[in-house]
Amino acid sequence: MERVIFYILALIMIVFAIASVTSRKMLRSVIYLLFVLCGIAGVYFLIDYNFLAAIQLTVYAGGIIVLIIFSVLLVHHIEMELEIAKPSKQIITTIACLLGLGVFLTTIYAHEFNVVENSLTTTTAEIGTKLLSYDAGGFILPFEVISVLLLAAMVGAIIIAKGRKLEERSQKSEDSSI
Amino acid sequence: MIPGISIYEILTVTSILFFIGVYGFITRKNLISILMSVELILNASVINFVIINKYLYPDMLQGVLFSLFIIAVAAAETALAVSIIINLYRQISSVEVKDIETMKH
Amino acid sequence: MNFSNIILIPLVPLAVFLLLGIFNQKIKPAVSGYIGVAGLLTSTLFSFYTAYQYFFVHGKINGVYQTFVEKTVWMNFTETLRIDMGVLIDPISVMMLIVVSTVSLMVHIYSRGYMKGDDGYTKFFAFLSLFSFSMYGLVLATNLFQIYIFWELVGVSSYLLIGYYYTKPSAVAAAKKAFIVTRFADLGFLIGILIMGYYTGTYDFEILNNPEGDAILNWASTSFMGLSALTWGLILIFLGGAGKSAMFPFHIWLPDAMEGPTPVSALIHAATMVVAGVFLVARLFPLYYFVENGFALNIVAYVGAFSSLFAAIIAITQTDIKRVLAFSTMSQLGYMMLALGVSGYDDHEGLGYMASMFHLFTHAMFKALLFLGAGSVIHAVHSNYLKDMGGLRKYMPITHITFLIAALAIAGVPPFAGFFSKDEILVAAFEHNKLIYFIGVFVAGLTAFYMFRIYFGIFWGKETKYERKPHESPISMTFPLMVLALLSIVGGFIPFSEFVTADKATFEAHLNYPLAAVAVGVGLIGIILAWIFYKKENDLADKLANFFGLFYKWTSDKFYFDEIYLFVTKKILFNLVSAPIAKFDKKYVDGTMEGIGNKTVWTSDKIKGLQSGKVQDYGFAFIAGVVIIALVFIYLWTN
Repeated sequence: MERVIFYILALIMIVFAIASVTSRKMLRSVIYLLFVLCGIAGVYFLIDYNFLAAIQLTVYAGGIIVLIIFSVLLVHHIEMELEIAKPSKQIITTIACLLGLGVFLTTIYAHEFNVVENSLTTTTAEIGTKLLSYDAGGFILPFEVISVLLLAAMVGAIIIAKGRKLEERSQKSEDSSI
Repeated sequence: MIPGISIYEILTVTSILFFIGVYGFITRKNLISILMSVELILNASVINFVIINKYLYPDMLQGVLFSLFIIAVAAAETALAVSIIINLYRQISSVEVKDIETMKH
Repeated sequence: MNFSNIILIPLVPLAVFLLLGIFNQKIKPAVSGYIGVAGLLTSTLFSFYTAYQYFFVHGKINGVYQTFVEKTVWMNFTETLRIDMGVLIDPISVMMLIVVSTVSLMVHIYSRGYMKGDDGYTKFFAFLSLFSFSMYGLVLATNLFQIYIFWELVGVSSYLLIGYYYTKPSAVAAAKKAFIVTRFADLGFLIGILIMGYYTGTYDFEILNNPEGDAILNWASTSFMGLSALTWGLILIFLGGAGKSAMFPFHIWLPDAMEGPTPVSALIHAATMVVAGVFLVARLFPLYYFVENGFALNIVAYVGAFSSLFAAIIAITQTDIKRVLAFSTMSQLGYMMLALGVSGYDDHEGLGYMASMFHLFTHAMFKALLFLGAGSVIHAVHSNYLKDMGGLRKYMPITHITFLIAALAIAGVPPFAGFFSKDEILVAAFEHNKLIYFIGVFVAGLTAFYMFRIYFGIFWGKETKYERKPHESPISMTFPLMVLALLSIVGGFIPFSEFVTADKATFEAHLNYPLAAVAVGVGLIGIILAWIFYKKENDLADKLANFFGLFYKWTSDKFYFDEIYLFVTKKILFNLVSAPIAKFDKKYVDGTMEGIGNKTVWTSDKIKGLQSGKVQDYGFAFIAGVVIIALVFIYLWTN
């Protein structure tokens, strides 16, 4: 049963990923990406990482995709057709990617993974404890660093996006002071 | 563990996703599309973290926690990228790569 | 006695040069004048102190002057062949210190008045200081290479000062001419230095000049085209000296150098730099005398005599007073050269050497005085030409008297300085070579004639209508005139044979009355002829000129030497030699270089597409690179 589901998910992810990077309509491309992200969440569900799947859905599907859709709507007409690269460039890139994929896959298949048969379930509580633990192997420090990073990103995003207006305002205040 | 699915198959899928992302990154001409391709690449690698954690070291959580951090960083990165794109659009009314080549000088 | 602090004498002007040169715009002209004079005054005081110490206290041991050397090794080639930097104290270098200091100080003081209000006032003093530094360095040099370095430095200062009025095309041309002609002669000097270094294994004056040294004893061991290699070296070195001292045929630059400001002409082109050639021969005198039994020295004598005569004849016809003085300088330098040429080495035989140095000393004083006097006149009437002058004695009494003193001195009238030195030269010439003696006497007459020609032309004769009434120059200009006039009067009474001699041992020199009487008589005849021709306005001079006709024309055009040089360089050298070389250079040498350049541009044009500025292109290259490296490492890197 799970096997079938995984194949279906894999198929969905690959097909929509390709559609996402080749579609000439911006908004559709974003929606295809959304499907890929949902497929990835499905994989997380399959391997019993429910918390991670939830995060994937909320942050990616709920946050990032919405953000991208907003920016698309701000800078594009919905029906605008995107330029695509020259065929020669597409072919060369495809060849390079296939070559790289070949290298990856042969390397992966040549390696003997030491797989541990198990069916453990990880609860959210375990993850939370580990994340906030300051014992050996605890992740409290990266956790705090990430929180600072997010704050900095937030402030940065606001300042960059509003940069022009701030400039204008400061100019105005300079004018008035003169 | 997904019953009946070996680690090889999953890694194959993620590798394919990764290279689709790379292909998009190189061929797309639009900043937002490039950003999306980068998201695809990031996601493909996140799956790898999780899968390897689950299949090889099921009693540990490092892979899961790392993927959490990657998701957080990706979110921050996206927010900044989108704000830069919007600012750029205000300045030159375009988000096409060919219009922002001035860096090469 | 430690003479190492003598190094301060050149270093003070150097410091002044750097100070004035670097802060050229920041220093007020008035201040820079004082700085220049103060610097030179310091050096002068040091020089006189050194001279006193050397001549009267420490220098003489058992009646022979010692040579003191303070030096540090600069470049070491072999055990003996090395280039040092240092100071060498012996009678002629100390004498030159006195000459350079005195004249340079007077010219500095004079320039404060003469150059007043000029735009480049500070620059002028900076260059003067540079020149003083170089000249001190030259006279104190311990070896051939050091003298060569300072030799070129005085050349550069001379170039800068001749071209001081660089907005005037003629000044620029004159500066270039002086530089190129002396440069050409210096090439000979350099080759000569290398020959000396190669065959004697040393550059050091002390070793070279030692009469019992290897260089002098073994001169015959090498030969080249019938002469000793050392003789060739000495001839080539004399070539350099001839270039600096404006000997025939390198004389053409000196008259043109009068384009520079007059104080410069007085300092560089009359008293100090142009005697460097004489000094150089004197410095190497033992070599000149002993090698090949004085073959090179004979060349010096004949070149000197010929130049002396040649210049004196031209001087008679020139109308630009500074040019007359320039040719007179050349003539007197020829005198010094011929005196060296007829000199012996030991004891009384070295009379010519002593006389040459004596004449160098007195000539520096009265010729500087003549130039400064001429500058004072030019300052008053704003013209260089004799036709714009006349009757100035009423307006410029001090200049008049001092100029007269100098003219009497150069004409060899007793008791002025020139009489004594000229008499010694003639005595030496009489004892060694009658032909040269007669040339010398004839030149003495010519000298008296042309000097009094311009003297009467300037201060007597018909009074020109002056637009503005000429007036006496300010005290800053007349003071140096008076000092130099005093020196021109008393300079002759210095017992020079007590101080400067070829073998550094002193001897007694006496006046040779019959010969002195002849010389004075010839001089007086010259003066009287000038009196007849030029005292009152008359047409005798024109008649004489017409009588000589073509010869007069030749002479006033300086025997067409400039034209001959121009013909040789422009028509023959440029067309037949330089043009094909230039063509070859342009076509093949430049062509190759340009071809390389063009190919580079072409290639870069082709590959600049790689630097597109698009992140994606770089990303592609990055990923392709990673894949290739991965391939290599995984599949090909199998030990």
